[in-house]
This record gives sequence, structure tokens and C-alpha cells, in this order.
Amino acid sequence: MTLIDLANPTRFLALTARVLPWLAAATVLLLAIGLYQAALAPDDYQQGATVKIMFIHVPNAWLSMFVWGVMSIASLGTLVWRHPLADVAAKAAAPIGAAFTFLALLTGSLWGRPMWGTYWEWDARLTSVLILFLMYLGLMALWRAVDDPSRAARAAAVLTLVGALNLPIIKFSVDWWNTLHQPASVMRMGGSALDKSFLIPLLVMAIAFTLLFVTLHLAAMRNEILRRRVRSLQMMQASRVAFSNEMGAGARGQNASKEIGAAG
Amino acid sequence: MTAALSALVRRDVRIALRVGGGALIGVLFFLTVVVLMPFAVGPDLALLSRLGPAILWLGALLASLLTLDRLFMADHEDGSLDLITMSRTPLELACAAKALAHWLAAGLPLIVATPVLGLLLNLDMVATGAVALTLLAGTPALTFTGMIGAALAVTLHRGGLLMAVLVLPLSIPVLIFGVAASQAVIVGPMTFGAPFSILCALSLVSLVIGPFAAAASLRHGLD
Repeated sequence: MTLIDLANPTRFLALTARVLPWLAAATVLLLAIGLYQAALAPDDYQQGATVKIMFIHVPNAWLSMFVWGVMSIASLGTLVWRHPLADVAAKAAAPIGAAFTFLALLTGSLWGRPMWGTYWEWDARLTSVLILFLMYLGLMALWRAVDDPSRAARAAAVLTLVGALNLPIIKFSVDWWNTLHQPASVMRMGGSALDKSFLIPLLVMAIAFTLLFVTLHLAAMRNEILRRRVRSLQMMQASRVAFSNEMGAGARGQNASKEIGAAG
Repeated sequence: MTAALSALVRRDVRIALRVGGGALIGVLFFLTVVVLMPFAVGPDLALLSRLGPAILWLGALLASLLTLDRLFMADHEDGSLDLITMSRTPLELACAAKALAHWLAAGLPLIVATPVLGLLLNLDMVATGAVALTLLAGTPALTFTGMIGAALAVTLHRGGLLMAVLVLPLSIPVLIFGVAASQAVIVGPMTFGAPFSILCALSLVSLVIGPFAAAASLRHGLD
């Protein structure tokens, strides 16, 4: 089973139909374990119970960047290998990535309120995640602006790759800008010095969220394939109706439109 | 090939200067944005001179963005873009030539106008010079990244807001380092050199990425 075998949408649909229930079950199981462990994790001596926001916040932030990576690979698939499912993958990933990014911002700001005393701080990380969110929204706007999917796919692929090149530059310049304008006033987490009682639930949650993304992504890809099939069926039907109208009031045309009506 | 490219540059500059007010419209827009600022923040000269570099940079950013969506559109409408795509000159170089012509016709006048606008914002000679120099180094980056948006806009038959939404986040680094370098001269404890060199680096990087991305999107998008 190689990637090229999946180029056939029907085979892809059959395969994912078998895999998806297992993936969903694994996601639910890992999420349950992770949440249970997170609930049992001790409170932080400074932050109290609010530290538990971390178990939701960090996986979301990690996925916000991971999804752009997935979209970049899919874009390469569109532009270089012309893989038929690559643009489906790229299109299906964008709203999911935007949702993860939004959740990372939201949980971050809810965490920031008790910790920093403000919902929003022009901190370097927050700012770069906000810019990432804007780029996700721009990409989604681009997808929606064009009704021909393959045309939108190539434009979106170019933009995704340019974004992938630019994101590190933006991240770096926002870091620079932040140190220039405000010396680190924001409290920092322990980083790698994270205690084991926090680290293990965090890792479980990270894996669970990654599985959640894979599940949602495959399901969204299935929907997108089916949506495109519906669209092409509708186009065929419309062109048949137009054709039969052109034929005039002949019996053949009426029969044809009856057939289409029965099929629809 | 050099002859074809220089002919393309000359043609684009000539069209930009002769048709519809050309470069002056961009400068006029720049002037209007700068004049609007005191109405928004109040006629406080000290405050204006502190905000000066930021206002000038934002004005230049918006002015160069607004003129950009015509970069390929006019050529697409009269069919010359198809000829450029099919010619033997590599499309990447043709895109670079078009962007260069656009910068000469629309970017350079903004920089020439900067000293006059600096007077309005109570900037002294050194500060105005610094802003003009950073604009000179930074506006090519704006043009060359904006060109990607212009190419997308022409292949999608959509311009205006969509292009602005796509391109503006990509221009954040240029804005950061442009303003940082100007502020370094006026108030900052930092040296002018560091942010200015990064600004030049950003321009050079976009000089490479821009033409390739624009050519890719034209090649895949036009049919």
C-alpha cells in the first residue's frame, strides 16, 4: 500500500471507512486517559488549578503548527506530484487547523487572565499565533473565493508554501519586535524542567489531539470527496436538462428529463 | 533575453507613468494617509514625531499594496500576459522585471515624497533620512511579496480585499524591521545596523521567493 494507491478516491473511501471507527475509538480512549490523568495531576504551587489549562492549550498550539505542515506537504503533492487527493487533503485541513489555532488563542487568553491579569498581552508567542490564525483565515477565504476546486487548489497551494517559508521569518521577527518593545514581563513556564506528573499527561494529550486531528481530517476528506461527486452529478444533470431543452418539445427530450427526475 | 527584459521594464514604466495619473496617484494616497493621521491622534507635534516613522511606513505599505493589484490585471485584460507567459523568456525573470518596473514607477516616488511628509510629522533631518533609507531598502520586499498576491488575484479573477488579506500578514516582518531601524536612529538604544541589515536581507529573500511563487501561480492558474 503506497501513497499512489490512494490516488483512486473510491479506494480511499473504502479504506478510510474501515480505518475511521478504530481511529475514533483510539482518540476517545486516549482523550479519556489524558483528561483523567490531567485531572489527577497536582496543582502548581504558584498557579493553582489553572495550570490544568495547559493540558488543553499546549496540544492545540502544537497542532496549530503541525496542520500547516500537513497542508504544505499536501500542497507539494498538488503542485509537484499532481496527486488527485492532495488538494482534497489541503482543503479539508485548513478549517481544522484554524479551529485548533483559535482554541490555542482562546485557552491561552483564558489562562492569561488569572496569571497575567489580562486576556491579551502582545507577547511574542501570542502575536505569532494570532498571525498564524489570520493566515489560516486568509487561506480559507481563498478556497471559498473560487468555485472551481482545482483552480483554487493550485492558488492555495502556492500561498500555503509561501506561508510555510514565511512563518519562521514572521516568528523570528515578532520575537525581535517583542524584545525591542517590552522586556520580558511575562511569566515563563518551566519549559523542559516540567515535572513528570505534568509531562506524562501532557504527552498523552498531545498524542490524543494528534489522533483527533487525523480522525477529523480523514472524515473531512471523505466529505469533500462526496461533496465534489455531488457537485459533478449536479453539473451533469444540469447540462442534460439544458441539452434536452435544446432538443425542443420532442418525445426524446421529455423522456430524458423524466429519467433525470427519477434518478434525482 | 536581456533586451526583452529591459523592453518589458521600459514598457511597464511608461504605461504606469502615462496612464491614469500613474505614479502620482500612489504619492497622493500616501500624502492623504499621512494627513489623516493628525486628525486621528490630535495635532500634538511631540506625539506625531514619535509616531512619525510608523505613520510613514504604514502609509507606504498601504500605498504600495493598493497599486499592486493592477500589476498583472491590465496585461491579463488586453492579452499581453498570455504573450509574456508563452514567450521564450523565463516567466520568473519576466515577473521580476514587471515587479522592478512597478517598484520604479510606484515605489520610488513614495521614497522621494518622504522628506516632504517628514516635515508635516515634525521629523528632523536625520530621522527623515533614516525613514527614507529604510523605505528604499524595504519597499522592494513589499513589491516582490505583494506580487505573489497580484498573481493569485489575476488567476482567480478576484482582487481588492482578498489580496490585501493574503498579502498583509506576509509583510509584517518588513514593517517590524523598517520601523525598528528608523526608531533606532531617532530614540533607540540599539544600533541602526542590525535591523537595517535584516531589512535588506528580507528584501533579498523576497527578491528570490516572489518571482518564483508568482510565476508558479501564473503558470498553474491561467488557462
